[in-house]
Amino acid sequence: MDFNEKFRLMTAEDMNRVLLRMASQIVENNPDLSNVILVGIRRRGVPLAARLAQKILEMDQVTVTTGALDITLYRDDLSTVGDRPVVNRTELPGNITGKTIILVDDVLYTGRTVRAALDELIDFGRPHRVQLAVLVDRGWRELPIQADYVGKILPTSEREIVKVMLPEFDETEQVIVVEPQ
Amino acid sequence: MKDLLIRNGMVIDPSVERSVSDDEPRDLLIRDGRIAGIASRIEPGDEREVEVIDARGLVVTPGLIDLHVHLREPGFEYKETIESGARAAVAGGFTAICCMPNTRPVNDNSSITSFIIAQGRAAGLASIFPIGAITAGSKGEQLAEIGEMMNAGIVAISDDGRPVPDAGIMRRALEYASDFGLPVVDHCEDCCGATGWAMHEGQYSALMGLKGLPGAAEDLHVARDLILAEMTGAHIHIAHISTGRSVEMVRAARLRGVRVTCEVTPHHFTLTDGDLYRSGYDTNFKMAPPLRTAEDLQAILEGIADGTIDAIATDHAPHHQNEKMVEFDHAPNGIIGLETAVPLALDRLVHRGLITLPRLVEMLSTAPARIFNLADRGTLRVGAIADVTIIDPQCNRKVDLGESFSKSRNSPFGGWELKGAVNRTIVGGRVVFGSVEGN
Amino acid sequence: MRLNRKDLLGIAELTAAEIELILETAETFRDINTRQIKKVPTLRGKTVINLFFEASTRTRTSFEIAAKRLSADAINISASTSSVVKGETLVDTALNLQAMAPDAIVIRHSSSGAPGRIAAIARAAVINAGDGTHEHPTQALLDALTIRHRKGRLAGLRVAIIGDILHSRVARSNIHLLTKMGAEVVLAGPRTLLPFDLEKIVDARPGRLCFARSVEEALRGADVVMTLRIQLERQSGGFFPSLREYSTQFGLNRRRLDLAKPEAIVLHPGPINRGVEIDSDIADGGASVILDQVENGVAVRMAILYLLAGGESA
Repeated sequence: MDFNEKFRLMTAEDMNRVLLRMASQIVENNPDLSNVILVGIRRRGVPLAARLAQKILEMDQVTVTTGALDITLYRDDLSTVGDRPVVNRTELPGNITGKTIILVDDVLYTGRTVRAALDELIDFGRPHRVQLAVLVDRGWRELPIQADYVGKILPTSEREIVKVMLPEFDETEQVIVVEPQ
Repeated sequence: MKDLLIRNGMVIDPSVERSVSDDEPRDLLIRDGRIAGIASRIEPGDEREVEVIDARGLVVTPGLIDLHVHLREPGFEYKETIESGARAAVAGGFTAICCMPNTRPVNDNSSITSFIIAQGRAAGLASIFPIGAITAGSKGEQLAEIGEMMNAGIVAISDDGRPVPDAGIMRRALEYASDFGLPVVDHCEDCCGATGWAMHEGQYSALMGLKGLPGAAEDLHVARDLILAEMTGAHIHIAHISTGRSVEMVRAARLRGVRVTCEVTPHHFTLTDGDLYRSGYDTNFKMAPPLRTAEDLQAILEGIADGTIDAIATDHAPHHQNEKMVEFDHAPNGIIGLETAVPLALDRLVHRGLITLPRLVEMLSTAPARIFNLADRGTLRVGAIADVTIIDPQCNRKVDLGESFSKSRNSPFGGWELKGAVNRTIVGGRVVFGSVEGN
Repeated sequence: MRLNRKDLLGIAELTAAEIELILETAETFRDINTRQIKKVPTLRGKTVINLFFEASTRTRTSFEIAAKRLSADAINISASTSSVVKGETLVDTALNLQAMAPDAIVIRHSSSGAPGRIAAIARAAVINAGDGTHEHPTQALLDALTIRHRKGRLAGLRVAIIGDILHSRVARSNIHLLTKMGAEVVLAGPRTLLPFDLEKIVDARPGRLCFARSVEEALRGADVVMTLRIQLERQSGGFFPSLREYSTQFGLNRRRLDLAKPEAIVLHPGPINRGVEIDSDIADGGASVILDQVENGVAVRMAILYLLAGGESA
């Protein structure tokens, strides 16, 4: 399928600014950063979590622990998608019981990914609190889920796709909105 | 009985010397169940009623003879009866078939022989020639009452499927049968440490994890039989030859003057163990002898081309569908073949240029009649029994097993597109397959 | 990359890329087996039938655990005899199973090719858990996972497989897998138990297959040694004179293992005949990875169930 780029939502500099703001909000809301784990949801949530951790380190000279969650095995649409999605590893640093987990993802849409992530987290232990940080909230929620830290709220049409591009996976760093041709 | 006039057919009769005019269409007249005449133009007289078959573009041959079929009656009528087998035979162009004795009870005495012949007469289709057992119960221990069976009508003896393991008994059988002028037909399979085999032993049995029967198992047995035939001077007929080495041994033995003849099945000149592999354990690819290698198939084709292999016989072996719907190693051996033999032979041997049409007719009719000493058959000589097969060599047809006259459906050839078909079959002057009028 | 097939019947039909995908997926499932809660909801509501026509505690349990850790309902059916003995045809068996609407059918059968025949009829994914002397694909995959963990790769390794190759479905599947992945496989055992012409089947593969003239020759320089279980009935079948002679001539002992590379590992599909095909001190020694194989078995079977039964309901 080919896509038409409709507009650019964020440049690399915009993203940097937004992540800095989110990092300071996280610091503000969590006085005990040593108890916080930033857990990126694969794939693009993982480098975003690393960015946030870097910002916090620069701001407060505190190293926040990070982890990665692959929610494939917890998806609720496995029996309807044709291809088996490739399963990647979930890597959490030690026991998560009693911790504050901040889930990090690129785009918040239906909320089903976050639901799967919550289910998976619970299988690893009983966190004290779970918060959610997303770069873009594009609406169209199908579950009662909302983010605690949002980079940008963008009303979208259902046809549109919000593409967060990161150097780890893509050639450039930007957020664009595209539409199938 | 009305006369039957077959008009304008290409008449092929390998039993007589060919003349230049043989390529011209000719008429063939049948009167009172016998061949009454062949000429470029026969005008029916007014004194007798005559039915006319227009055979323009068709080939008219002496009735085909199958030396090797399993009719299953008595004992296994759910697989095939003499009547259903005979019906499949005429649908396949065969006017006479020779049936193996491995029924239940085994055809090892004259009363079973007489029963089979009576059932064949009652069916009134192809002529049935029973083959008697070599040993009582085909147990390989003691000679069966061969003379009495001969008087009742057997044309050969065989312990097909349970070859006589003891060379001493085989020697006595050859000697004893030669007194009666009966050929001994042997299914050549030395157990060679391979009881319970499921296919040919080679790269594909290694790949499929199936127990294999090496080609050597046949070769050892053929070698033994050739030595015994040479020693006794008796006539040995090697059934369904399947390996290159066996073909080579028969060729060499015949040069030495050994009285040996042999037959090949359509599946052994068509399929290989590689085809079985590609079938995905299809039990319709399981038979004895097993499908051999591509090299064996090549040697078989050479044996057909140079005349080492005398005849084509089907080894028609019906098994009920349920019996083949099981695990490969538990499935019984054998496939049906009466109705696919002629199309396969035309498609694979004649149309590919390996042999001529007259040579094929010889392998399917004249040679079988000679091997089993069937008088007045396998020929269109005036006065011979009017067994005639009409073949359409150019007809393209898809094999539809659902249309088979056999009670069984076990064939690997379903859906195959083959060039060449049987048009009509005439037994004793009566059209028993195909209609009298039209084409 | 996807596993674009309904069934897993053998390694012979898999591509190297498909094998790689299965092994990669299995790596993830290895992690799950170390968690406190060793269960993911992936196959919730799916039904896996374990149909074993041959007794096998180990493989059946491994498949059962794999299914349960994926939240599938696992049903075990032990059919001690083949359908033909019961008087039911294989086709009827398949139709009956299909009527129960399972999502996956795991089959162990004493007849080569039987799972394939069932797969041709059943809509469910059919997984071959060992058929006759044909293939045992999940065993070869777990062996590969075990080797990769210890050696970091499969390509370029020299793997000696010792014993009854002729009757071994484990050997067959391993030969396919290892040669497809670029390993060099050397077979050794009594000549009576080595199949004809096997080397013809691995033409045009990155790896190599050859027969050694002796166990010693096969072991020399080996990175991996696989010994196969020798079955007592092969003795009565006339394939070798006695278990005692088998052990002295073909068994894996310390002296023979010393011919392999110093860091060589030893695999055995189990259950082992101690003192026959393998000496106890080797089965229990540092080179043995026999228990790793069992552990990896669950991960591999989870990966297969996920890849084959994870999709739309059958």
